[in-house]
Amino acid sequence: MDIANYLYLSAALFTIGAVGVIVRRNAIVVFMCVELMLNAANLAFVTFSRLNGNLDGQVASFFTMVVAACEVVVGLAIIVTIFRSRRSASVDDASLLKR
Amino acid sequence: MLSAPHLNYALLAPILIILGAALLGVLVEAFISKALRSRLQIGISLIAVIAAFIQLIRVRNLTSTSAAVGSVAIDGAGIYIQLIILALAFVGLLYIADTDNFTAQASAIPGSTEEASSIAAGSQQTEVFPLTLFAIAGMMLFPIATDLITLFVALEVLSLPLYLMSGLSRRRRLLSQEAALKYFLLGAFSSAFFLFGAAFLYGYSGSLSLNGIADGVHSSGANSVFLLIGIIFLSVGLLFKVGAVPFHSWTPDVYQGAPTPITGFMAACTKAAAFGAMLRIFYVGFNDVQWDWKPIISAIAVITMVFGAIAAIVQRDVKRTLAFSSITHAGFILIAVVALSKNGLAAALFYFISYGFATLGAFGIVTLVRDSSGEITDLNRWSGLGKRSPLVASAFSLFMLSFGGIPLTAGFIGKFSVFTASYESGNINLVVFGVLTSAVALFFYLKIVLMIFFGESRSDTLTVVIPSILTRVAISICVIVTILLGVYPSLIFNSLQTFATFLH
Repeated sequence: MDIANYLYLSAALFTIGAVGVIVRRNAIVVFMCVELMLNAANLAFVTFSRLNGNLDGQVASFFTMVVAACEVVVGLAIIVTIFRSRRSASVDDASLLKR
Repeated sequence: MLSAPHLNYALLAPILIILGAALLGVLVEAFISKALRSRLQIGISLIAVIAAFIQLIRVRNLTSTSAAVGSVAIDGAGIYIQLIILALAFVGLLYIADTDNFTAQASAIPGSTEEASSIAAGSQQTEVFPLTLFAIAGMMLFPIATDLITLFVALEVLSLPLYLMSGLSRRRRLLSQEAALKYFLLGAFSSAFFLFGAAFLYGYSGSLSLNGIADGVHSSGANSVFLLIGIIFLSVGLLFKVGAVPFHSWTPDVYQGAPTPITGFMAACTKAAAFGAMLRIFYVGFNDVQWDWKPIISAIAVITMVFGAIAAIVQRDVKRTLAFSSITHAGFILIAVVALSKNGLAAALFYFISYGFATLGAFGIVTLVRDSSGEITDLNRWSGLGKRSPLVASAFSLFMLSFGGIPLTAGFIGKFSVFTASYESGNINLVVFGVLTSAVALFFYLKIVLMIFFGESRSDTLTVVIPSILTRVAISICVIVTILLGVYPSLIFNSLQTFATFLH
């Protein structure tokens, strides 16, 4: 199979994630879309690793996974705190700062 | 036979000291009694920053080498940026030491009995100190990282603690939590762009290091579409961190919502770190494709300056005004990035110092002006502050004048050197825009100064609290640096021009 197809898939996933971040309301779903974007980048790394014939890209994808896990910890802590004080995780409700 | 990699610990020691102190701080949280914790944490943090500073000065002559198997470059510019970040972080820590600004218990629901009882019990969220240290370590690593993985990891290490710290305000907690949510979601969004850009740069050159990417540019034949996608996406991630238009929308909200000491720390240090990394990436990695990115970054610099200056005029809130002013200054530093010369680099580094200390000083003053419900951030209520408290008002005016670029303040030298470097590189249009925007920006800085000194005093509930000794020291440092570097810029500027270079 043509290796370019993996890049098209990666670009499509990244776009879906980016659009999701912009249009979705629920903070958890927005965050999942960000994770989708990170994984799209991972797919691109692994594909390029194959294309370039070295392992650097595969190592990079491991680092990305670890960082993404850390981001989940911090992100969920913030989202859960907001949810507890407002009873809602909608990013549209969090609008006190826009005046 | 595999041999262990040579890490060069002496050169990495400044970062390792900070990280070690941060881990020690986590242990202190777990094992030391509540009463001692706060003072111990302050001590550990300040000592760690000073120790790292001293170690950096000790290794400054060993520059132009790489450490950690080429992942990190120790060069003149890298050492200077790290020193600047540590100096700014030291002042920031002095503000953060005033734990009155932070929530007693972050997990308690605002307005609940749980919150009231934790305030009554005198609890403090002293985790803020280790978090600050982790952020400082990330900030120190970011501008000296020379490969894309290290850059990405450093970016996250500096960002993740900041997301949490912006949600820890004691008063107006809903605003603070909202700021944390916005900062986190948009920050994660932008780091995904950064990573995607990194993937395409790797795809283009087959190497993760900046030098490898620069070599890839020389050997034509590779797919230059990958290079362009990589540069654009990576730039989006960086421009977001420095708060350049059109990626600035988080800046006013987060600056307003976050606890003021954190806002000051983040405004000064993050900008130095992110611009440091940006300078290295563009000067080392993308130097030979400058005709591809220069027009775009120049346009963004102009939009950023103009938008920041105009939007700041209509703001009613001190912290939002300072946020838009920081956006304008991001535009000025971008001019230095586009200059792409040795003088441009030295000018940018000097600008970090002048802007950073003025910002920290201004936010320090904001923590002092209060009423019964906390800080007063409504600018109208600051009117007539000069009659009530001349010293505080004078200090604030000094920082405003430095932002505006009035001679005899560090801000003037910063602006002047940026414009000179840009002129020497032939970007005359940018200089014209920069000077015009400075005039607009000066208008609103002067407006604030006039209002503070000559406005009618409208608020009877306004009080200027007597600052703690640490806050007093911090504001004094900012005042001294702002005046001293305005009068004797050569103290630092000459050595910046001599030593500030990037290792290629």
